[in-house]
This record gives sequence, C-alpha cells and structure tokens, in this order.
Amino acid sequence: MAILVQFAIGLIFGMGLIVSGMSNPAKVLNFLDVGGIPAGTWDASLAFVMAGAVAVTFIGFRRVLKLARPFFADRFYLPTRRDIDPRIVTGPAIFGIGWGLAGFCPGPALTALGYGSVSAFIFVAAMCAGMLLARFTAHLPSLTRFVAPADPLET
Amino acid sequence: MVTTSFTPVTSLVGGAMIGLAAVLLMWATGRIAGVSGIAVRLFPPYEDREFAGRLAFVAGLVVAPVLVWLVTGSLPTQTIAAGPAVLIIGGLLTGFGSVWGSGCTSGHGVCGLSRLSVRSLVATMTFMAAGMATVFVMRHWS
Repeated sequence: MAILVQFAIGLIFGMGLIVSGMSNPAKVLNFLDVGGIPAGTWDASLAFVMAGAVAVTFIGFRRVLKLARPFFADRFYLPTRRDIDPRIVTGPAIFGIGWGLAGFCPGPALTALGYGSVSAFIFVAAMCAGMLLARFTAHLPSLTRFVAPADPLET
Repeated sequence: MVTTSFTPVTSLVGGAMIGLAAVLLMWATGRIAGVSGIAVRLFPPYEDREFAGRLAFVAGLVVAPVLVWLVTGSLPTQTIAAGPAVLIIGGLLTGFGSVWGSGCTSGHGVCGLSRLSVRSLVATMTFMAAGMATVFVMRHWS
C-alpha cells in the first residue's frame, strides 16, 4: 500500500513538472537567460512554478508536521544540519552549471525518460554516473576528515 | 534558440501540484521529496529499507508523461536543444553537484525553502546564479 501511494505521489509530482513547463528544457533555459530580458525572450514562467510549489509546501508542511507521525513511518526524517559548509555552495554551483548547459535538473530529467527521448536517456545515464561519483568522493577517507559526520546526502 | 511563451497560470498550477506531491510524501513517509536524494539512494550501498518506495516514486515520475498523454491525448512540447556532448557533461555536473550539495531544485528549492532552511536558501541562490551565468556565457558570449 505504501509503495502504491509513493507511486501515485511520483505521478502527481511528474504531472506537475509537465503541466508547469519545468519538463521542457527550452523553457528552463529561457528562464535562466536573464540576458534575454532586453530582447523580450526571457520566460518568467518558472518563477511561478517555484511560487506555486513553495506556497503549497509551506502551508502543507506546517500542517503535516503537527501530526504525531507520518502515515506509513514511525517518525519524520527532517534534515538537521544548519552549518554553511563549503559543499552547500560548491555542490549547487556545479549543479547549476549542468542545469544551465542542458536545461534539465534531476526531476524533469527522469520525467523526460517517459517521453521516450534518447537525449533524456543520455542525460540521465550521465547524471547517475555523476551522482555515484559524488557519493564515492564524499566517502573517501581523505575527505571525511574535513566533513561533518552527519549524513553527507542530507538536504 | 527556441522561444517559449509565458505561461503564468499553468506554471502556477503545475507548481502547486509539485508542492502537493511534496506535502503528500512528507505525510506518507515522513521524508523530503528531493529527487536527487531519492535517485542516488536507488544505488547500493543501502542505508535503510526504503528502496521499493523510492523506486515507486521514481517510476511515477517516469510514467507521468504516459498518463498525461492517455488522459489528454497529447503531450506538451519538450524541446531538448543540447547535443550528446553537452547532455553528457551537463548530466555529469547535474548529478555530481546535486549530490555533493545535498539536494537539487526539489529538495533545496521547494522543500528546503518551505522549511525556511538557511542552507537551502544558500543552495538555491547558488544554483540559480550558476545556471543564469552558464546560460549567459553560452548564449551571449559566443
């Protein structure tokens, strides 16, 4: 049952990506193209995606987190770190460059697989390789000395 | 460059659906709907027993276009201008950076900002700035 619910939630998430235009790399790149503002080619739509998503999540999280526990789990698993370490800047900087190159972030890239596009498969394969490389690098003994012992993958 | 039209209403509605999914996942599993975190945990070594649920969530993401197509009879346009080399480099950087920085657009941008997390605010501003700078260099410097 929990598995089926998570499938349905993934479906809603994916449909949101499609309806919002987030799954279209051309739209993402035109949003990121602030240099296109003078020419009128800038597409501000994605600011509305973010606004809609954050508004619903902000209100929804406040209500859900008042519950004693999640429906299918014993407790809530919330990120606890508050420190601003180098990785919270370098990671997103690297991710942002990849995002600006192809126009895909991880969610829309996975949804694009369902379009049956070969380009999406190439991107997702490379993305998985990059993810595993990051996880492998994060666990290297020489680096863990400098990293806080918290879960390195935690948001 | 392909021009796209400004779609505030559908983008707001789609964004709200993404938010609804994030809230439902928190309600159901008590976990953050961060796609990069969910995706990387599909690979071993496994730290918990949530594999099947994560796979189901990702399967939902992948199947979503099929459902949209079955319901509406068509799919919104998807234009991928990047060639294989850019897709590979972009994919590597996206995958590496999102895991190295503990999250992507969904984990930091949607869930983190909604939790008023300073780390997520720093992350979101950084990847937005890096994305904008990259597009600027690609489109206006060459």
